[in-house]
Amino acid sequence: MIDPISVFLLLLAAATPILFAALGELVVERAGVLNLGVEGMMITGALAGFAAAHATGNPFIGFAVAALAGASVAMLFAILTQFLLANQVASGLALTLFGLGLAALFGKPLEGIKAPPMPIGPLRINWIVWLGLLMVPLIWWFLNRSRAGLILRGVGENHDAADALGYNVRRVRIAAIAFGGAMAGIGGAFISISIVLQWTEGMTAGAGWIALAIVVFSNWTALGVLAGAWLFGGVTVLQLRLQAAGVSVPVQLLSMAPYLATIIVLVLISARQKFSHRAGGAAPGSLGQNFHVLR
Amino acid sequence: MKRRTLLASAAALSAMSLALPALAQEEPLKVGFIYVGPVGDGGWTYQHDQGRQAVEAEFGDRVETTFIESVPEGADAERAITQLALAGNKLIFTTSFGFMDATINVAQKFPDVKFEHATGYKRADNVATYDARFYEGRAVMGTIAGRMTESNKIGYIGSFPIPEVIQGINSSYIHAKKVNPDVEMKVVWAYSWFDPAKEADAASALIAEGVDVILQHTDSTAPLAKAQEAGAIGFGQASDMAAFKPSPRVSAIIDNWAPYYIERVGAVLDGTWESKATWAGIGDGEVEIGEITEAVPAEVKAEAEALKEKIASGEYHPFTGPLNKADGSAWLAEGQTATDEELAGMNFFVEGITATIPQ
Amino acid sequence: MMRLVPRTETSLPWQIATPILAVLATMITGGALFAIMGYDPVAAIRTIFWDPLFGPAAGYSRPQLLVKAAPLILIASGLAIGFRAGIWNIGAEGQYIIGGITGAAVALAVYPAEGMWIFPAMVFAGALGGWAWGMIPAMLRNWFGASEILVSLMLVYVAQKVAAWMAFGPMRNPEGFGMPGSRNLTQYPSAANPELIDGTGAHWGVVAAAIAVLATWFLFSRHIRGFHIRTAGLAPRAARFAGVKPEALVAFCLGLSGALAGMAGLFEVAGPAGQITDSLGSGYGFTAIIVAFLGRLHPLGILLAGLLLALTYIGGELAQLTLQLPAATVQVFQGMLLFFLLGFDLLTRFRVERRVLA
Repeated sequence: MIDPISVFLLLLAAATPILFAALGELVVERAGVLNLGVEGMMITGALAGFAAAHATGNPFIGFAVAALAGASVAMLFAILTQFLLANQVASGLALTLFGLGLAALFGKPLEGIKAPPMPIGPLRINWIVWLGLLMVPLIWWFLNRSRAGLILRGVGENHDAADALGYNVRRVRIAAIAFGGAMAGIGGAFISISIVLQWTEGMTAGAGWIALAIVVFSNWTALGVLAGAWLFGGVTVLQLRLQAAGVSVPVQLLSMAPYLATIIVLVLISARQKFSHRAGGAAPGSLGQNFHVLR
Repeated sequence: MKRRTLLASAAALSAMSLALPALAQEEPLKVGFIYVGPVGDGGWTYQHDQGRQAVEAEFGDRVETTFIESVPEGADAERAITQLALAGNKLIFTTSFGFMDATINVAQKFPDVKFEHATGYKRADNVATYDARFYEGRAVMGTIAGRMTESNKIGYIGSFPIPEVIQGINSSYIHAKKVNPDVEMKVVWAYSWFDPAKEADAASALIAEGVDVILQHTDSTAPLAKAQEAGAIGFGQASDMAAFKPSPRVSAIIDNWAPYYIERVGAVLDGTWESKATWAGIGDGEVEIGEITEAVPAEVKAEAEALKEKIASGEYHPFTGPLNKADGSAWLAEGQTATDEELAGMNFFVEGITATIPQ
Repeated sequence: MMRLVPRTETSLPWQIATPILAVLATMITGGALFAIMGYDPVAAIRTIFWDPLFGPAAGYSRPQLLVKAAPLILIASGLAIGFRAGIWNIGAEGQYIIGGITGAAVALAVYPAEGMWIFPAMVFAGALGGWAWGMIPAMLRNWFGASEILVSLMLVYVAQKVAAWMAFGPMRNPEGFGMPGSRNLTQYPSAANPELIDGTGAHWGVVAAAIAVLATWFLFSRHIRGFHIRTAGLAPRAARFAGVKPEALVAFCLGLSGALAGMAGLFEVAGPAGQITDSLGSGYGFTAIIVAFLGRLHPLGILLAGLLLALTYIGGELAQLTLQLPAATVQVFQGMLLFFLLGFDLLTRFRVERRVLA
């Protein structure tokens, strides 16, 4: 028999990298920006975090540096899309390519080294896992209860109106992009510092893309992101757990399921909005569109 | 036009080298390598690149090696291999199964270039194939695993359900069972050669199932990291993974391509190269057992090393009867050993493994 | 103070000058990167940009440019039509994979029969598969208002899983010793997509890409549908008054770009790639988005952008080969090139003005 608590504990750790990255992307998308460069920012964080943890012997410094590094490469995207008004989809893809290359290049001297040990947190659960869980209510509070969050959502919903009200659309978006980069960086560093304990090229192996799907699944809410991270992480954990227990599972069909579920959720929410004419809900109004002041 | 002159001069060059072997030897032999991953993957490609470096160290100025890394299987492979041939490489190693058809295609266009394709089954006059008998090393790992497990449950993280991996699972199980009749084998397929996060999840799933020894046929160190957390043990895969010594990494199965690469480059240098299929194992040094650490009791270590010696000398074959298939049907009779053809197409588990092979 | 003023018409001289400026800027910063890494910057840049075209082995690499660029151009042409109308298909990668699978399915189903009809049927099936995969986000947007950006992206992941499933399951080569992957279609004469004229690299996919460039040029400059598309993109409300049905336009753009991506997938599977594998999606669908933007969504621009990217891929391999430049360095260099090309694009749409204080 499979013990649900043990599966849940596995899930907590397994979902952490994608939870961080998706929470960051959630804030970015809520500000009306679609950054497809999550994978590039994660791998940068994975490398920079590992390097700093190795150099200082302190994994927590590693995570801090990973956040900085993630935010720094995110700034390249911010310059392109906010100042040079380049297309967000293309810029995000370019960022992924650039980040993967950059990390591989600077990672050469770190190959084969083991990460310093990480102190175990309360209830024998990793500190960073706790931090990820803590970020969920914090971001929920920020988006729904704080004044800054209100402005951010306003910018994402309708940048022309926000601008007319005197808010600096560009500044809000740059801050959001930097935050998204920092969170992706931490998520990536969790893989190198806490899961694998080593640096290897390409080690994020597509986690950034899953994070993008989770944000859609979440219906752009923090709690939804948590649910999505657990669903996407959970399907992997569960199918591996079933395999280990000797149950044969159709792996490909099962791993398709969360993406199909995401599409269904998106359709249901869009349909509710369309047919009941209720405001709120689905994707931010200005998602993916660039803003330029015509004054 | 340019292309024609290029090909003509290439032809003239090779004609010259045939006529004047002594003169040709003054030019270094150019040897090319195509890698499927980056040389920094710490696993499969890393070990092939170690082999390339060993060739350079062995022959010095007589050879000149080049490589192209991270070449995707499929359309790009054929172009990359052709580029190597056009750049004057006379011996080209293509180091992934997925390069098979591309290698054969390019070889047809460059009859005077020799090709070596790893893990494939298609050959030609100028295409040889080579592979390692990883299952021999797995037998040694299985022995250690069977002795070391306290829960009598050992786990195996498989990459893909292909013969090479299935051989490894069977071999590990047979030899674990031999030293510990109560042993059970749990199998998890990751459907990836390298995906650290998923490999970690796979290791966790096995540990949650009560497994305390993990064997892996995927390239990252994530399963070892998980094993360490849970107090379980595991083995290095492809490379030594020495950073996790002495425990959880208690030994390793290492792909050592250096002896083969040196032999084949040497054969081209002295003109004795011919196309053949090589499937070498522990005896030829191609499959190496990494240091068995002090975490393993001395008598277990001795037992494992004795098995290694018996396999190396050819005295013992890891697939020796009596063995039945998992469905209960008879496979090998008492004393009978598996043929290479049977192993190359292996698509069944041996009796006692309760897991199933997908499809 | 500087400020940006939008141009009323995109400036033609700047449209020509910005890509050149961007490539020059990449050469300078990339050269600096190579120098820091300890490689000869001049040799590296010559190897990447010059040698594939005019180097010692250019006789081989020039045709290869076409092989590499063709799927990018074919997919990007379709995407550009939608992008101009403000319809964002970013799931071309998925449509490419599904097209490859449905096209190959025809061949694998009738193997080993020979016949003139097989290859055209495969092309049709590939286009149909890509079209169907593209119509899913189109219909979900039309019926329920679901974002086609996100649905098409999600369907990429689904398509990748379908490819893995096919490679290990239904399409696995029965004579392949249990290894994943289908039969090799290039060894099946009726299904193969070979080089049409020796030494040119041109296969049917290259022909299709050329036709796609001409057809999109015609569509934009001569056809009423092209006018609708441009209007819908620039002024959606005006387009409604002009009689454009938004639903029909969404279906047209996503269906067409899906069909072209699906065809590109089939041409690759039957030609250069040769078989269905779990790594069938090689990123062409995503790279094509970049190509569409680098080409300013203009057919001629897409042609040049596709060739430029193909050049850096092939030149990058040559640089690995001759200078032992690591693949990662080449990747960083390509990333830089994209950043500069995307960034400098600003100059075609805006003028930089010195702000005069009144």
